[in-house]
Amino acid sequence: MNKARSNPLNTVMMHGALILYTLIALFPVFVILINSFKTRKAIFREPLALPDADSFSTIGYETVMKQGDFFLYFQNSMVVTVASLFFVLLFGAMAAYALSEYRFRGNMLMGLYLALGIMIPIRIGTVAILEMMVATGLVNTLWALILVYTAQGLPLAVFILSEFMRQVSDDLKNAGRIDGLSEYTIFFRLVLPLVRPAMATVAVFNMIPIWNDLWFPLILAPAEETKTLTLGSQVFIGQFVTDWNAVLSALSMAILPVLILYVIFSRQLIRGITSGAVK
Amino acid sequence: MASITLKDLVKAYGDTEVLHHVEGEISDGEFIVVVGPSGCGKSTLLRMVAGLETVTSGTICIGDKVVNQLEPADRDIAMVFQNYALYPHMSVRENMAYGLKIRKISKDEIARRVEEAADILELRPYLERKPRQLSGGQRQRVAMGRAIVRNPQVFLFDEPLSNLDAKLRVQMRLEIRKLQQRLGVTSIYVTHDQVEAMTLGDRLMVLNGGYVEQFGTPIELYDRPATTFVAGFIGSPAMNFLPATVSAGMATLGNGARLANAGAANGAVTLGIRPEHLLQDDAGPVRVTVELVEQLGANSLLHGKLEGTDIEMVVSQPGHMSAAAGTVMGFVPANGALHLFHAETGKRIEP
Repeated sequence: MNKARSNPLNTVMMHGALILYTLIALFPVFVILINSFKTRKAIFREPLALPDADSFSTIGYETVMKQGDFFLYFQNSMVVTVASLFFVLLFGAMAAYALSEYRFRGNMLMGLYLALGIMIPIRIGTVAILEMMVATGLVNTLWALILVYTAQGLPLAVFILSEFMRQVSDDLKNAGRIDGLSEYTIFFRLVLPLVRPAMATVAVFNMIPIWNDLWFPLILAPAEETKTLTLGSQVFIGQFVTDWNAVLSALSMAILPVLILYVIFSRQLIRGITSGAVK
Repeated sequence: MASITLKDLVKAYGDTEVLHHVEGEISDGEFIVVVGPSGCGKSTLLRMVAGLETVTSGTICIGDKVVNQLEPADRDIAMVFQNYALYPHMSVRENMAYGLKIRKISKDEIARRVEEAADILELRPYLERKPRQLSGGQRQRVAMGRAIVRNPQVFLFDEPLSNLDAKLRVQMRLEIRKLQQRLGVTSIYVTHDQVEAMTLGDRLMVLNGGYVEQFGTPIELYDRPATTFVAGFIGSPAMNFLPATVSAGMATLGNGARLANAGAANGAVTLGIRPEHLLQDDAGPVRVTVELVEQLGANSLLHGKLEGTDIEMVVSQPGHMSAAAGTVMGFVPANGALHLFHAETGKRIEP
């Protein structure tokens, strides 16, 4: 290996910088976590202190559990996020494949049209969306949210994935065609595994805004049985009094699933699976 | 196994015609090499036979069947690609078996055929590996294996050796030839390398700019090239071309030198002499001003110019030889080694 590259000083500095960045990034999460286990007084007296025998309290978690159906909110958030991601990835990848693989009239225009969605925030259309949902009777169902988030995620997904799919070797697809694979098999068995890192990127990009969104749940599905976690947590934030214990506890619990999903997808991000496909 | 017939084959992208009325009869079990410079349409031709490109007009028959409208999978062909195109996430065994699995062939039969192909190609130790764990030559063999197990009527090769290093290429070339003779499958092989073409093919189809320049055995192409293009493309180093005028069987070169036995032509011609057909003779009519000598061991290549002109010439002499730059050496063409081509059209003039 190159001498300059294995220089221990460089290694130490590099790791130092990365560790520092990690600490800064994780600090807010850490503060939320420790404070969620403290009494209300302790939170305000010493926000950065670790909970000790005196200040330790699970009152926040107890409130969260008692108040409202938190597991249902959890479940709703999970269903909406996972279903939206599934549809974004499925339809996004299919559209991207069609745009990158087939030459047809209006291919270019179609690509531009689909990419346009990246530039126009979907919230501009909230009123129209609400009217549409009312007309179709989807208000206060999880489907309303899933459909909106799928629409919101598709432009970026198509944009990123079509770029990656263009890089999948033509010879590989042709080899599949000669082997007798149908276009669907080529798409699912050859192309998708090769663009897995890109799919993971798209998934991570889409997942966090969906999980954290307050706007659409508030407008389209505010009913008790369709509340998402973010919307559910709002009951603790009042205009005059905020139950910080409960808010922090709810947030701590909300971090967990998104963290798990992220770990699943990010493993795919790291893997460079294409090596060995072609020279 | 089957014959292939190409009839009046045309390929056009929009208004641009890239293949012009290609004709060819390929008999059962023959090894055909399509050769030409890059961009001459040879890959397009192969992909049309494979069914990966549509046919603009004309017909392609495999066996007795017109296959113009058939999907690649229904043409009973197998193709080996330049980049191997192995499925990266499948092991060698799965790569070879996948096409058979799609065709719903029984598990035992698949296993038998894969093992057989692995034995032929000496891939047995690597069956469970992924393509990325193999070297270039091994990947190439896996790609061949994937073609063999299908037991197709036709093999198509699209420059399969161009990603390998020189030594491996020579070795694989022999292996491909042996394999094809053993299996007796009709094959079309595309390459830009004329040495590969000469050594592999039963017959060669030389393409230039979408036109078939000549279609014949390697020796025919070498001995009686139909055009200056074929003459310059086949054989290494390339043939020397000298403008000359012919009258009454005597050719007069640009510098006034005169050559006998120039055949029945008359007027302006292009005279072709292969570097290996010039024999050293101090009194010879072809006088070359030496610029550089390349020693290859078995023979020596003498680069220079025809004396008194700017025409580049190469002479190949057996054994070792040295000459200082600037010396003038005389050569005489071997008997019957003169090729005459029409000065304008480049077409061969039979002696």
